[in-house]
Amino acid sequence: MGDGLVQARDLRKRFGGFEAVRGIDVDVAQGEVFGFLGPNGAGKSSTMRMIACVSPRTSGSLQVLGMDPDREGPRIRARLGVVPQLDNLDTELSVRENLEIYGRYFGLPRRHVRAKAAELLEFARLTERAEDRVEPLSGGMKRRLTIARSLVNDPELLLLDEPTTGLDPQARHLLWERLYQLKREGVTQIITTHYMDEAEQLCDRLVVMDGGVIVAEGSPAELIERWSTREVLELRFLPEERPAAGDLERYAERVELLPDRALLYTADGERSQVALHAAGLRPLSALVRRSTLEDVFLRLTGRTLVD
Amino acid sequence: MTTIDATARPAPGWTRVLPGGSYAGRSRMLLLRSATAARRTWPAIVSGFAEPVFYLLAMGSGLGSLVGELPGPDGRPISYAAFIAPGLLAASAMNGAVFDATFNVFFKLKYNRLYDAMLATPLGPVDIALGEIGWALLRGGLYATGFLSVMAVAGLITSPWALLALPAALLVAFAFAAIGMAATSFMRSWQDFDLVTLAVLPMFLFATTFYPLGVYPRPLQILVECLPLFHAVELMRGLTTGAVHLGMLGHLAYFVVMAAVGVVVAARRLEALLLR
Repeated sequence: MGDGLVQARDLRKRFGGFEAVRGIDVDVAQGEVFGFLGPNGAGKSSTMRMIACVSPRTSGSLQVLGMDPDREGPRIRARLGVVPQLDNLDTELSVRENLEIYGRYFGLPRRHVRAKAAELLEFARLTERAEDRVEPLSGGMKRRLTIARSLVNDPELLLLDEPTTGLDPQARHLLWERLYQLKREGVTQIITTHYMDEAEQLCDRLVVMDGGVIVAEGSPAELIERWSTREVLELRFLPEERPAAGDLERYAERVELLPDRALLYTADGERSQVALHAAGLRPLSALVRRSTLEDVFLRLTGRTLVD
Repeated sequence: MTTIDATARPAPGWTRVLPGGSYAGRSRMLLLRSATAARRTWPAIVSGFAEPVFYLLAMGSGLGSLVGELPGPDGRPISYAAFIAPGLLAASAMNGAVFDATFNVFFKLKYNRLYDAMLATPLGPVDIALGEIGWALLRGGLYATGFLSVMAVAGLITSPWALLALPAALLVAFAFAAIGMAATSFMRSWQDFDLVTLAVLPMFLFATTFYPLGVYPRPLQILVECLPLFHAVELMRGLTTGAVHLGMLGHLAYFVVMAAVGVVVAARRLEALLLR
């Protein structure tokens, strides 16, 4: 078990009277893309900050790259790349200078960072904006620059905290493509996100966190298999014709009644639909779709709004 | 698997920070960063030169023509301009350093989250504190050099001891920058910066910059003698007029202590704020 890049046992983080992380075990292996999923306040970012060696743990054990963050924080950080939730680019510097100066913080020689910056500008498709200040860049460009900056020290482990929040679909897809490219190059990645499609796209393995603990763990497919059904039948009824949950249960493994829809979790949506029809139930609309991580997520963390 | 007991963490404070975690010995990279950024913001920096020169013109030449001569630090009469010039020198070292270490640092701390970005690298809070204080010191030193040159050209320097006014100004700037940065770490919003003005402006006006300590009744004198700018003015005035005495080591000691306290508090507060 000693070859994991990150290894946490009963890891806890307390802020005053509030325990944000309440005893989690995590193992991240070399070369994999590992995801932390969870609603706001689940403890994802606190966990990421502990792994990034910028937040001392309250208790438990934590090893990052085989070292203890409390003792060897700077040595670990020298080999990490960090993409924070909010861009913290240096607005007093140009795009290129942001990369070059950041590289110098790692103690890299000037010639090296100059060449590296040129390479990363290409990677982030920002070469044309290299001499511009950061402020006028679009959100997607800033995000790409932040990711490029996190690579300036050729990190072995990349930590991405909600990397695509606030981006438009084009920018997200470009970022995914870049992250996938990095994965092929062997860079281990840890990602937090609350976009389920992102987690399904990117993560080899993930954990779902809620209230500071891990509530499920596995690959996206495993999680769907374990916590949901293969398909979901979504039905809409006229309010006065809406059947009770009990009337629908015989057609599915699990039924969820929402204010506007009924969700029937079933192995074969088509068959359930036929059976419903035969029983004389007439929904306004019916849609069969595959189960997604979102179904798993909502099942595990509930539908209550968290702020 | 090797388990490391979290309770076995090293002791808090300097002992923990210095060797292991909080100092990578790379604070000069922050100077490099500031110098790179300053290539674009140099007009703001240059404007700091002008202020004490304007005061010298207005007060030294204008008001000075009414005041005439004043007893210097060693009792010999000197012109009013020669009296206030070292006071303005001390004040410009203070202003340059305090401005940089408060407004600029607060902006980077709260709005740019620049220090968060730096702490994701091997840099630690001590690198940041020293680097930022170092830049404020350089800026204060730049102003002091400029103003000393103006003084020399205007014939307001009457002693070769004045050469030592530059390193003295650097120490003064260092101490004010360190205390300024420490104070900034306690500020919650821009409103709190009124307190900075409230501390700096009366000091500038009343800490014997423009007239000798003797004009105050004794209780007020004691109050003024506690102010850091008073000690800076005494140092500068002694050096530029050649009235050098051993007691000036006391003024120096004042700033050494002030600088040390400032650096320690600033680094600890940065750690408490950023490495939670």
